[in-house]
Amino acid sequence: MINIFEVNETNKMIEQEKLDVRTITLGISLLDCVDSDLDALNRKIYDKITRIAKNLVPVGREIELEYGIPIVNKRISVTPIALVAGQACKSTEDFVSVAKTLDKAAADTGVNFLGGYSAIVSKGMTPTDEKLIRSIPAALSSTERVCSSVNIGSTKTGINMDAVKLMGEIVRETAEATKGDNSLGCAKLVVFCNAPDDNPFMAGAFHGVSEADAVINVGVSGPGVVKHALEGIRGENFEVLCETVKKTAFKVTRVGQLVAQEASARLGVPFGIVDLSLAPTPAVGDSVAEILEEMGLESVGAPGTTAALALLNDQVKKGGVMASSFVGGLSGAFIPISEDQGMIDAVNRGALTIEKLEAMTCVCSVGLDMIAIPGDTPATTISGIIADEAAIGMINQKTTAVRLVPVIGKDVGDTVEFGGLLGHAPVQKVNKFGCEDFINRGGRIPAPIHSFRN
Amino acid sequence: MKKTIITVVGKDTVGIIAKVCTYLAENNVNVEDISQTIVQGYFNMMMIVDTGGSSKPYQEMVAELENLGDEIGVKIRCQHEDIFTKMHRI
Repeated sequence: MINIFEVNETNKMIEQEKLDVRTITLGISLLDCVDSDLDALNRKIYDKITRIAKNLVPVGREIELEYGIPIVNKRISVTPIALVAGQACKSTEDFVSVAKTLDKAAADTGVNFLGGYSAIVSKGMTPTDEKLIRSIPAALSSTERVCSSVNIGSTKTGINMDAVKLMGEIVRETAEATKGDNSLGCAKLVVFCNAPDDNPFMAGAFHGVSEADAVINVGVSGPGVVKHALEGIRGENFEVLCETVKKTAFKVTRVGQLVAQEASARLGVPFGIVDLSLAPTPAVGDSVAEILEEMGLESVGAPGTTAALALLNDQVKKGGVMASSFVGGLSGAFIPISEDQGMIDAVNRGALTIEKLEAMTCVCSVGLDMIAIPGDTPATTISGIIADEAAIGMINQKTTAVRLVPVIGKDVGDTVEFGGLLGHAPVQKVNKFGCEDFINRGGRIPAPIHSFRN
Repeated sequence: MKKTIITVVGKDTVGIIAKVCTYLAENNVNVEDISQTIVQGYFNMMMIVDTGGSSKPYQEMVAELENLGDEIGVKIRCQHEDIFTKMHRI
C-alpha cells in the first residue's frame, strides 16, 4: 500500500523540483504517401498526419490531468521528407510546399513542433537529398513548427564532407533568412552524426525507416529532481553520489514509462521507447549545469566538468534502463546553452567556452546544442565545427549533433533572446583561425576501423 | 478499476475532512483508506478512493475537488494510484 510520504515525495518532485514528461512524440511513417503528383502528395501527407495524430493532444492532456504530471510538449515526427517527396518535388519550391503542408498539419493537430524535414546523407547525397537540403532556409523561414535535421555521418559510413560543407552554408543561409527573428530558424535545424531513428526530442526528431507505421516515444526529464537529491548527500563519496543519481533516474524514468504505456493504449498506437534524458529548461532549478555544480564544481566548465558529466550520464542510464522495458533515443544529459540557466551563467562568467563544450560532448547525450555565435562566422568555420563534432560521434560510436545559431548582426558580448523553452544565450567566441582549405576538399572521410578501438 | 489518490495539503482548519468526505459521499465515491499527518505545521491528508461508481466523469470530479480546495484554503489533488506505485515499487 502506498503511504503518505511516498505520495508527498512524488508531488514535491512535480511541484517544486519541476519533474515533468518533456514530450510525447508520435512518430508517423509517410512512406505510403509517396506520389508523383505534388498536390496528391501534400494531400496524402496532411490527411495521414491529421488522422493518426487527431487525438494526440487531447489524450496528452487527459493523462496529465489523471496522473497530475505535466506533459510539456506533444509532438510529431515523420519519415525523413527526402525519402518521401523525391518523386513529386522537382525543385526546392516544391519541397517548401511540403514543409508548409507539415506546418499546417502540425498546427491543426495542436502540436508545437513537427520534426522530419530531414535527409540522411551519411555516405552520399542523391539529387533529391540535395534539393531538400537547399530548401531548408526557405522552409524554416516560411513555417513555424517544422523542424529539420540532416544526418551527415555515421560510424558505419564515415563522414560525408560534401554534406558538411553544404550544411555550413545552409546554417548561414537559414540564419540570414530568419535574421528578423534573431536567426531563430537555426534553432530548428540540427546536423547529426549517428542520428537514432527513434529520438523524441526536437529539433532532431524524425521517424526512421526502421520504425513501424506509427509509434509513441516519450522523453522524460528531471534535472531539478536529481539536483535536489544530491543536495541531501553533500560531501559523501562517489559511490553514494552514483547510487543517488541512479535511484533518482529510476523514479523519473518510471513516470515516463507509465505515461508512454497509457498514451500508447489510449491512442491505439504501439509504444516505442522511453528516452532516458535529463533535459533542462531555462527555468531556475531545472538545470543540468546546476547538477554538475552540486557535485562540487565552482562552475560548469571548470576542470572536472567532463568527468562529472560522464558520471551523470552513465548513472542516468543505469537507473533508467531498469525502469523501462524499451529505452532508446538519445538517453543521457543534454547540455544546451540557451535552454539551461546554469550553462548561460557559466558562459557569462567566462567559465565555459565552445572548446570545453566540445570536450563535454564526448560524454553527453548529444552535442553542441543551442549555441549562439557571431553573425559573421564564415560558413566554412561552421562546417569545421560540424566536422569536429561528427568525428567525435563517428569515432566513439555515439550520437553527436550541432545546433549553432550564427545570429546575424550580433557579436560576442551580445545576448540573444529566443523565447519560450528555447531561452536566451550570450553570443560566444569562435576560434578565428580558418579551415577553408580543409572543408573545401570535399569527398568523404572513410569509416573508422574498430578492431583497434580507443 | 484504478484507485485514485486524493491529497489535501494546506493550513489546518476545522472541517476539512468533513467537507471533502461530504463531497465524495454525494458523488458516490467510496473512501477506502485515509491517513493524515501534520508536516511542518501543515495539514497533510491522503485518501485512497474508488471512483468506479462515481456519478461524475473523472475530469469533472478533479475540477470540482480543486474548487472545493480553493474554498477551504487548501490544495486538493486527484491522481491515479499508478504514478505512485510505478515510482516507488519495483
